[in-house]
Amino acid sequence: MFDVVIIGAGVIGGMIARTLSAYDLKLCIAEKENDVAMGATKANSAIVHAGFDAKPGSLKAKLNVRGSELMPQIAEELGVKYDNNGSLVIGFSEADREIIKALYERGCTNGVKGLKIVEKDELKKLEPNLSENVLCALYAPTGAITCPYELTIAAIGNAMDNGAQLELNFEVKEICEKDGYYEVRSDKKVLQTKYIINAAGLYSDKIAAMVGDTSFTVHPRRGEYILLDKECGNLVSHTIFRTPSKMGKGILVTPTVDGNLLTGPTSVDIKDKEDTSTTAVGFDNIIRQAKENVPDIPYNKTITSFCGLRAVGSTGDFIMNAPKPGFINAAGIESPGLSSAPAIAEYAAELLKEQGAVLLPKESYHPIREAQHAFREAGIEEKNEMIKKDKSFGKIVCRCEAITEGEILRAIRTNPGARDLDGVKRRTRAQMGRCQGGFCSPQIVELLSKELGIPYEAVTKSGEGSYINIGKTKEV
Amino acid sequence: MTDLVIIGGGPAGMSAATAAYECGIRDILILERDENLGGILQQCIHNGFGLHNFGEELTGPEYAWKYEQKVRELGIPFKLNTMVLDITEDKIITATNEEEGIFQIQAKAIVLAMGCRERAKGALNIAGTRPAGIYSAGTAQKYVNMKGYMPGKEVVILGSGDIGLIMARRMTLEGAKVKAVCELMPYSGGLARNIQQCLVDFDIPLLLSHTVVEVHGKERVTGVTIAKVDENRRPIEETKQYISCDTLLLSVGLIPENELSKRAGISLDHITNGAVVDQDRETEVEGIFACGNVLHVHDLVDFVSQEAAIAGKSAAAYIQGTCKKGAAITLKTDGKIRYTVPQKITANKDVNVYFRVADVFRDVRINVYKGEEIIFSKKKAKAAPGEMESIVLKKDLLEGAEELRFALED
Amino acid sequence: MKREMTCIGCPMGCALEIELAADGRVLEVKGNTCKRGAKYAETECTDPQRTITTTLRCEDGRMVAVKTDTTIPKDEMFEAMKMIGGTVVKLPVMIGDVLVKDVFGSNVVATQNRS
Repeated sequence: MFDVVIIGAGVIGGMIARTLSAYDLKLCIAEKENDVAMGATKANSAIVHAGFDAKPGSLKAKLNVRGSELMPQIAEELGVKYDNNGSLVIGFSEADREIIKALYERGCTNGVKGLKIVEKDELKKLEPNLSENVLCALYAPTGAITCPYELTIAAIGNAMDNGAQLELNFEVKEICEKDGYYEVRSDKKVLQTKYIINAAGLYSDKIAAMVGDTSFTVHPRRGEYILLDKECGNLVSHTIFRTPSKMGKGILVTPTVDGNLLTGPTSVDIKDKEDTSTTAVGFDNIIRQAKENVPDIPYNKTITSFCGLRAVGSTGDFIMNAPKPGFINAAGIESPGLSSAPAIAEYAAELLKEQGAVLLPKESYHPIREAQHAFREAGIEEKNEMIKKDKSFGKIVCRCEAITEGEILRAIRTNPGARDLDGVKRRTRAQMGRCQGGFCSPQIVELLSKELGIPYEAVTKSGEGSYINIGKTKEV
Repeated sequence: MTDLVIIGGGPAGMSAATAAYECGIRDILILERDENLGGILQQCIHNGFGLHNFGEELTGPEYAWKYEQKVRELGIPFKLNTMVLDITEDKIITATNEEEGIFQIQAKAIVLAMGCRERAKGALNIAGTRPAGIYSAGTAQKYVNMKGYMPGKEVVILGSGDIGLIMARRMTLEGAKVKAVCELMPYSGGLARNIQQCLVDFDIPLLLSHTVVEVHGKERVTGVTIAKVDENRRPIEETKQYISCDTLLLSVGLIPENELSKRAGISLDHITNGAVVDQDRETEVEGIFACGNVLHVHDLVDFVSQEAAIAGKSAAAYIQGTCKKGAAITLKTDGKIRYTVPQKITANKDVNVYFRVADVFRDVRINVYKGEEIIFSKKKAKAAPGEMESIVLKKDLLEGAEELRFALED
Repeated sequence: MKREMTCIGCPMGCALEIELAADGRVLEVKGNTCKRGAKYAETECTDPQRTITTTLRCEDGRMVAVKTDTTIPKDEMFEAMKMIGGTVVKLPVMIGDVLVKDVFGSNVVATQNRS
């Protein structure tokens, strides 16, 4: 019997798991995919928002400001990249200026620190590559960037190191209310638990409905992105937003914590919760709008394009409540979900207490996780010490990002271990450079095959069905 | 201190090493990232290599072995499984391997011979899903030829570069069905012989002016939508058609791998994506030379070896202090000729100039201008982007020139 | 009767024009720039031939590259692949080692060293 089963291993489920792993609770995280961070967490703008967007008094406003305050320390503890690069909402017209003023007021009400409206001259000094047509901007020094899947992997890894259990490929099919506890069922397995936290992202409405809560729905909103080579990462230093509209914050241009340049997202409401396909129209829109902001973006340096689905709830705010005793929703977590995640986790713990859970701090709790990129960022002498102990750190596998065999093996061996090519990619950046795995993927398949003890052809790109090879030559 | 460090033990690196040795340099070190010498040739198991340099048709590994034997006979040292991480302008090389860890070498001269990489799918912005089953042709070649695994059984190939054509035949022989090769341009980027022996021989259709507009399939590719493109290379809506397949191979161009060159402060030619060099293949950083596919993408390995021999000899002369350079003559192009290698001439000697054209041209002249004067002219029945051209400029033609302009004219 | 084809004798890929007699004999070859072109045209019209390059599996599971040391009939390529596909190569193997004998009159030889 578990104390708590968290459904969904995205950034919300992950941060909740990590927060709860500090207490004396038997925890399990149930995830339907072959890895953690596979939904909205995998593909978003990676922004820690300052908190001036949300309507004052909303949960979004409260949790965003609190979350972004907590984020630096959490990133530090978990060894996750975090860069307080500041953000700019740029305006091109007097109408935009009015919106910017309103955002400023709203930000101040929400308690965002350091907000300032800057005029063109100062703005061009901050960001010389901005369009000449820019008029003014809202400058938010507390805006930051991080890496959402790295944060999630680290949070769940840390929770696991502190005793939490992770069930992958566990798609919840049914939740049965028993006498004082729940049964969470997949096709293959049953988990018994006293409490459930629903952090199932796009599917959180479906999960809530399993216990009879049909008070909200969640629909997918497509967001496509184009990522550019590290050579372009210095084009801007702040995160550049346009003045927002009903559909979101428009196309942004931002450096990433890994030094690339990210542009996007589009914003299109769709029906299919699995449809993460990109579109030609989407690409055209990103390129056109991003160039309005920063005209010299060299799109011939594109490395990849991708698409994520935001989980847009029907209530307009985050949905955090307990519709049934012992069942807690952390649902409808759209933007600023990443920024709010640490505060959502705190709040979920509060709700859990209200439901009668006893949260006793665990003495053995260790909040620190060694950074996944520790080797990469070490000095030569330090690296050589590590190579002496384990020579696989001397062997480069991914040449574009200079990732060693040792780092890849560690990503497979460390909680939550990589199980497929994409899992290795998200943990190490191997295959994420210019050649996109062209050179190194056959080698990484071999490492996965050996480490996991499975045949070469059983290694997948991203879980069941995504096979890379169909079998041996001469035999198929 | 090492006299000459060669980055890359493929056909270029080995040829540069043996050439430098033959010029009297003994303190040479080749650094190779793979577990064998030979570079990408080890996976190019088809034949067609070596006709120029050895007068016979060799497979890739056989061609590489010819040079490897020479390297071994001469006792030129090399380190395998060794990746160069950094090169500075002062010629300090930082490299890593399992046995030595990270180490540094101060070189008197460096030859860059790192080769090229394939343009990846991500760079193309193809709409649709991102399932397993999409490979660059060279990656599929590695799976099939080196690892012995089949990436899929129903294949569509985007791009008609030579590796794509070679893989069409290779996968077919191993039992896969190649349904089509789509080429965005109205002409193929591959050699005519490869279209014959890799496609026509197996009834594989080559669809010119076609591209893949959408990828389908969630976990694994289940099909692609292709379309004809107009003269601006935009897909024509009415021509869209769906082809079911489990594999999409890409053969859409090669890019010299110059990340290290950039770190050393070497300026690059934005057309070739390789270093700007003179006739000696010396870059703008003194004592650093470049050759082979890291300098510009070649069609034939024979020419890679020849170019590398120039770089190796020049590096030897640089080390021995016997290299004399004069004022630079800049080579300019008219756009129809896209680039030249070398991009400048700094010595008064006969120079072989290599170049590529931007489109398919028939019945044209290659004219070289010194000011208004045509100093060289050659007729050409056909010139195509897929085939590298070359001319020899005699040294007496160069005298007094500051700039030469290469033009393709009727 | 006329036939057009691309010569595969070398990377030049000359466009050949062949004049054939009613009985299939080659009367004239145009467009070739060397003797190999004429010879290729002749055999391609009467008895087309190809070299096969492929791989075989070694006893330790690694692959080794191989080729037929002479050409074989073009129509027998798939049959030849079937004939040799099951071969397991004993190590070590050096370039030139004969690994399978008499495949349509040709020997399959290693084109790669494996120790």
